[in-house]
Amino acid sequence: MDLRYTGAEEQFRLELRRWLARTLPTLGPKPSPMDWPARRAYDTAWQRMLYDAGYGGIDWPVEGGGRGAGPVEHLVYLEELERAGAPYVGVNFVGLLHAGPTIVAEGTAEQRARFLPPILRGEQVWCQGFSEPGAGSDLAALRTRAVRDGEDYVVSGSKIWTSHAEVADLCELLVRTGPENSRHGGITWLAMPMEASGIEVRPMRTMAGSTEFAELFMDEVRVPVANRVGPENDGWRVTMVTLSFERGTAFVGELLQSMELLRSMRSLAQRLGMWEDAETRRRLGRLGAELDGLWAMTRRTVSQAARGGAPGVGGSVFKLAFSELRQRIGQYGVDLLGPAALAWDELDPADGGAPLGNAELVDTWVNGFSRTIAAGTSQIQRNIVAERILGLPKG
Amino acid sequence: MDFDLSEDERALADGMRRLCQGRFPLARLRAGEGDRLLDRAAWAELAGAGVFSLRAPEASGGAALGMAQAAVVFEELGRALVAGPLVASHLAAGLVEGAADGEVVVGVVRRGGPSRPALVAHLESLGALLVLDDNGLYRVDPSSIDSRPVERSVDPLTPLWQVVLPEGEAVADAAGAASFGRDHAVLSSALLVGMASATLDMAVAYATTREQFGRPIGAFQAVKHLCADMLVRADTARCAVWGAALTIDQPDVGDGDRAAAGAALLAVEAASANAKSCIQVHGGMGFTWEVPAHLYLMRSRLVAESLEPTGALADTVAERF
Repeated sequence: MDLRYTGAEEQFRLELRRWLARTLPTLGPKPSPMDWPARRAYDTAWQRMLYDAGYGGIDWPVEGGGRGAGPVEHLVYLEELERAGAPYVGVNFVGLLHAGPTIVAEGTAEQRARFLPPILRGEQVWCQGFSEPGAGSDLAALRTRAVRDGEDYVVSGSKIWTSHAEVADLCELLVRTGPENSRHGGITWLAMPMEASGIEVRPMRTMAGSTEFAELFMDEVRVPVANRVGPENDGWRVTMVTLSFERGTAFVGELLQSMELLRSMRSLAQRLGMWEDAETRRRLGRLGAELDGLWAMTRRTVSQAARGGAPGVGGSVFKLAFSELRQRIGQYGVDLLGPAALAWDELDPADGGAPLGNAELVDTWVNGFSRTIAAGTSQIQRNIVAERILGLPKG
Repeated sequence: MDFDLSEDERALADGMRRLCQGRFPLARLRAGEGDRLLDRAAWAELAGAGVFSLRAPEASGGAALGMAQAAVVFEELGRALVAGPLVASHLAAGLVEGAADGEVVVGVVRRGGPSRPALVAHLESLGALLVLDDNGLYRVDPSSIDSRPVERSVDPLTPLWQVVLPEGEAVADAAGAASFGRDHAVLSSALLVGMASATLDMAVAYATTREQFGRPIGAFQAVKHLCADMLVRADTARCAVWGAALTIDQPDVGDGDRAAAGAALLAVEAASANAKSCIQVHGGMGFTWEVPAHLYLMRSRLVAESLEPTGALADTVAERF
């Protein structure tokens, strides 16, 4: 076991840190979270800067146009971006972390040439059309149909929880091409251009009041067969292949941000005169210990990936623990704030000092509720852990 | 960075697990229930395997390994529920002559408040007792202590004595005592992680074979989810313990005090909550003397009580986070 970074890793860190120090001040002001076109412009401009500096597609293989960084370098990259307060991947999420890697692994040479460079350069934004109103945790029950008609598939159905749909150029879409009950064996992966006719995007308002995701309705949308990645009816495997790219780095930014958040909560507790209260202090200590434990787990997973170990279902262990911890951190924040946690907007601090930061803490608390649901509910994660790691029988 | 067991570390863990399975199977440990003296032949075997001298310099017969490797070994000792003051005797190597080679069994006790009864485990087997407080570490001759045996210890494999603690002879100052306490917390946490893994394995084995309603109880989500949570707790605590041990070996990578306190918090919780879930998964059998789940519950209490109270551990993390 070794927690020290190698000289090469430290060199990589230093160069990145220098570049971030030079580059971040040139970035424009952060857009309003409600202004999707502005968010797209901001996030894609940042992606372009990363690309120009050789950091676009940091973990993508070189043959896919990426930097081909190993898992440890990837971890260092995420650490440095978080430390410098760089923008998150934002609207580039699906393209960079899911659709792109899928095409790298399963696409034809033509598809790679057509789809990958615009993702890396921040020119095309992707969204994800997987879940459906009737296919959530049970994704293989999806019913959106695609029927072959000459050189096109004709797609009809609906999708839900599609983030960034309003500003996306393409959608990675899972459709049913096999018989109605073909489950995993009758699904096909398509890249659907969002400007095609027959697509309706209906934004959904979350309990946080924002429109982070949308419903997607497709009425006889024509998608070229040339946009099918992998064989017909093999889309489930194509989708799962992407998961094998996961090297334990998925939550690094959020984990480090949570540590920073906890430190800011300590400052708040001190300012509010609550730090002398043992319960307040010790609750924070316990949350900190759990964050440190999950940070250690992250470093172990990344190290295992760096040794070339098969990425397992360990991600479920982390996701389960982290999403629930994040909720408890959110609850701690509103408990510190007391009545100030009733306001979404930033309140005037009664002591005349700096803003309390109540708006951010309320936001953290409310958005925490989605974490144990999105990307596999905690209940599904527990089933995965129990069945695939512990070997308990399927129910 | 390469934060996983190396080949050597894996071999160390495997070797220790084999030794424990061969030499300290639970049936044999349980045959010693109620014994007031440690099995010194077994102690000598642990010494022979390097349990106490692992980190001692090669010149004095040790293996010159680090805390990380010691944590790997102690996890296995915890998994096997090996009894005795393992951590104290290991940490006493270099401090008490004869500790490293198993000739002298060394215990440690934390000095509590004046009105709190002091308990010492394995007193009559000890060749030296260390007393730990905020000001230092003190050595006491166990045979000179005013003591009376406790009739029933909650851990049937760990005899206790109520004692009146004398001052003792100072062997380390406040800073030395703090680092002794930190190392003690990390290796005790490694024992607890081993126990948390053992109770997880027991629960999974039972849930896989015990049938009700015509199928293994592990096919029911209510049972599955108990087991999944046990794995999350044990594995998170294991990572934290490795991290703390390695931070002590490589001080430039982080804050060893924060890491040790945090690891202890997670390990105490993992061992006690997993023992509880293990009892629950076993149903009525879990409450019997026959099923050893209670031994893990009680040992985890014993180890937890050898540490700073969890409130103090949480304070350490809170202040240093």
